[in-house]
Amino acid sequence: MSRRGPLVGEFFMNGDIACAEGGISAGCRFFAGYPITPATEVAERMSSRLPEVGGIYIQMEDELASMNAILGASWAGVKAMTATSGPGFSLMMENLGLGIMLETPCVLVNIQRAGPSTGLPTLTGQGDMMQARWGSHGCYGIIALSPTSPQECYQHTIKAFNLSEKYRIPVLVMADEIVGHMGEKVVIPPPEDIPLTPRRKPTVSPEEYLPYKPDADLIPPMANAGEGYRFHVTGLTHDERGYPVMTAEAQDRLVRRLVDKIEKNKADIIEIEEDGIDGADVVVCSYGISARVSQFAVERARDEGIKVGMLRLVTVWPFPEETIRKIAKRIKAFVVPEINCGQIALEVERCAGGAANTILVPHMGGSAHRPETIIDAIRRAVR
Amino acid sequence: MKRDEIILGGFGGQGIILAGYIMGKGASLFDKKHATHIQDYGPEARGGACRTEVVISDSRISYPYIDNPSILAVMSQEAYTKYSPRMRQDTVLLIDENLVKPKRRKHNRLFAIPATRIAQELGRTAVANVVMLGFITAVTKVVSVEAMKQAVLESVPKGTEELNMKAFDRGYSYGLEKLKTAEGEGK
Amino acid sequence: MNQNGSEQKHYIDQYLREDRMPHIWCPGCGLGSILHCFLSSLIKSGIDMDKVVVVSGIGCTGRAAGYVKLDSFHTTHGRAIPFATGLKIANPELQVVVFSGDGDLIAIGGNHLIHAARRNIDMTVICVNNFNYGMTGGQLGPTTPLGARTQTSPIGNYERPFSLPYLAAASGAVYVARWTSMHVRRLEQTITEALLKRGFRFIEVIAPCPTTYGRRNRQPTGLDQMRYYRENSIIRHGADPKDVDIDLNGKIIVGKFIDIERPTYSDLLDEVMQRAFGTELPKDDTSKEEATVVGSAPK
Repeated sequence: MSRRGPLVGEFFMNGDIACAEGGISAGCRFFAGYPITPATEVAERMSSRLPEVGGIYIQMEDELASMNAILGASWAGVKAMTATSGPGFSLMMENLGLGIMLETPCVLVNIQRAGPSTGLPTLTGQGDMMQARWGSHGCYGIIALSPTSPQECYQHTIKAFNLSEKYRIPVLVMADEIVGHMGEKVVIPPPEDIPLTPRRKPTVSPEEYLPYKPDADLIPPMANAGEGYRFHVTGLTHDERGYPVMTAEAQDRLVRRLVDKIEKNKADIIEIEEDGIDGADVVVCSYGISARVSQFAVERARDEGIKVGMLRLVTVWPFPEETIRKIAKRIKAFVVPEINCGQIALEVERCAGGAANTILVPHMGGSAHRPETIIDAIRRAVR
Repeated sequence: MKRDEIILGGFGGQGIILAGYIMGKGASLFDKKHATHIQDYGPEARGGACRTEVVISDSRISYPYIDNPSILAVMSQEAYTKYSPRMRQDTVLLIDENLVKPKRRKHNRLFAIPATRIAQELGRTAVANVVMLGFITAVTKVVSVEAMKQAVLESVPKGTEELNMKAFDRGYSYGLEKLKTAEGEGK
Repeated sequence: MNQNGSEQKHYIDQYLREDRMPHIWCPGCGLGSILHCFLSSLIKSGIDMDKVVVVSGIGCTGRAAGYVKLDSFHTTHGRAIPFATGLKIANPELQVVVFSGDGDLIAIGGNHLIHAARRNIDMTVICVNNFNYGMTGGQLGPTTPLGARTQTSPIGNYERPFSLPYLAAASGAVYVARWTSMHVRRLEQTITEALLKRGFRFIEVIAPCPTTYGRRNRQPTGLDQMRYYRENSIIRHGADPKDVDIDLNGKIIVGKFIDIERPTYSDLLDEVMQRAFGTELPKDDTSKEEATVVGSAPK
């Protein structure tokens, strides 16, 4: 065997493997996971690649443990990720909450399959989008990205690590089975061309260090375990010292900041792609594999003379409320194809606020939409 | 815009998905085209129906699925039964003649090869998929022979390159012969 | 304060978060003395305190992490061990101690316990067993003796409990001991010894919970429970863990039961890495990708 560092060049690989390689390029050196279709290949890839780059792969007893282990590794100062799908994602919700509360940088890849329950293990779904937003109990801000191709699986995983370090939060890469198992060309730049966000370290002495005293942008610098800061952190509501405080005031102060650190930095976090929205009568808003089918449908509809634009959500959470609000004033309707029975469509409808109609194009999972279904919805939208 | 749509079908364990992967890799990395490879599989590790789709295009591929393939290559009767109704008038049909007996008399463009038997002659049934790839390359030219060979070399397990090259060449020359003798056996 | 009115520091005070005192534990609870033993053992062991990490789950014992002036994590219910696993194997320099209760480690966290022991992760687990869920008001747990009355076994427990040393030993722990919170000097020695050993070390400490357990089981005060320990504990080092079950208000076999050597998770990992790669360092790879892994069977 030989030791291969980060790959450089052009490769033909599937989305799962691209997520793993994105992690390697981002400096991820710890992966804890549990086999689950269709995300298993991420773990398999990491089990062969991490030892090569001096990292650690550990297969945990379940997804509860996997999520906890990456939090522990992150606090030990090592970039860490896990990958899962539906049932495992549900189990990870518990300690996703701990990651959010402790403000722990890490990345969670979800190669979505169709649910509920065991559902369709080998077939696609986008039914976890609201779970990504609200799946752990309580109120919090969250960041979720939605790749449409292996190339984006690679890039989004790097972006997820950067956002997670910058905002001290677990970041979700919400791919799906089709993208995860789809083979396409992936271009991997040399390491020096990949910008990486370092962890924000304390600038004060251990005596003065308060683990949850935020900087002006609401993000607190982070000491790692074993560096001599002797800090305490807890999943309980806490003050700037990290000490539990069981009051409504402490809760307000903490939770408001956990929400605001994402909300007030939306302009920096949100990434969307717009195509032909100016002068459009109808805009298709979609993400992930559904955005690719939508793009195809949009081009066919344009051939028919329909003025239709395309809005692709690269980041799904935080939601681009302002963009939707502005577009809603200029168009007749949004068409929202997604492989669930209406999740992001609800957000679009809420933000459109009645200024434009929202037409959901649902799909219960197992495959992507037929393009005709979306074209029909576009036709209906302009009528 | 040129868009080739290939469906490869067979049963689990034949290396169908790997064949699709190699084709996509050849087209994208070495012929510098856009290519998307989709796999479809069930819970069985061996023996279940198995299909893979490859779209090869001069421009970006947004919709990765195939309704009516321009090329259909099948290595099991079940795959033939399942996918042949989706053929268009001009679809090129390639079969492993040891495993597939076409039901319809007349396929416009049918090319048959004893891929599994050739693989057995080479000593490893496992390379039947690569024999098939050589055959597809010769008959359809959907990927250049150089690109396909390079993709095979870089995708097969270390130590099996020579065997796989032999398999590819056998399939490829069988295909060239077939082209010479007829523009398709259905005519 | 001493008689002269000046501050007199106790030697473990420097490792306690005095700004968090008083603690939440009830009068008569065993946790104070166990925490004292733990900190005292840490000092005696001579371990670099900057490298010590204390990880707790949820419950009365789980609060211990919040009282030590060391890097410490108060995690979710049952998850202290997998969190600690991540810390330890990501940074092997850390000296990781899990300090939590029986409900946390054995019920909701039971699966993590047996797997960490199986992997022989290098950590010390101090499991304080008070036979019930104290923080939530005294419900039945996986350690509640047969016949014991709790809030959720009002007519007596009819579930067979786990014997923790037996469970830990069977799962692969290399060091297994049990004491009660009355055996402070022996407990301190044991924790010190465990801290200086490598591998998965498991120490069960039986502790009084007069508020929610004792008063329902004929031991209404902490003192009653301590008296029970004194009169019923039998020190039997090397006892077979399968013979150390605890019956309701019955004998408690204490001592060091297991102390063996077995390669740790990190030892085996290092060995495999050495065999695979020797001293070679990773280098950028520009060769083309090998075959995509094809599908796997669904779960």
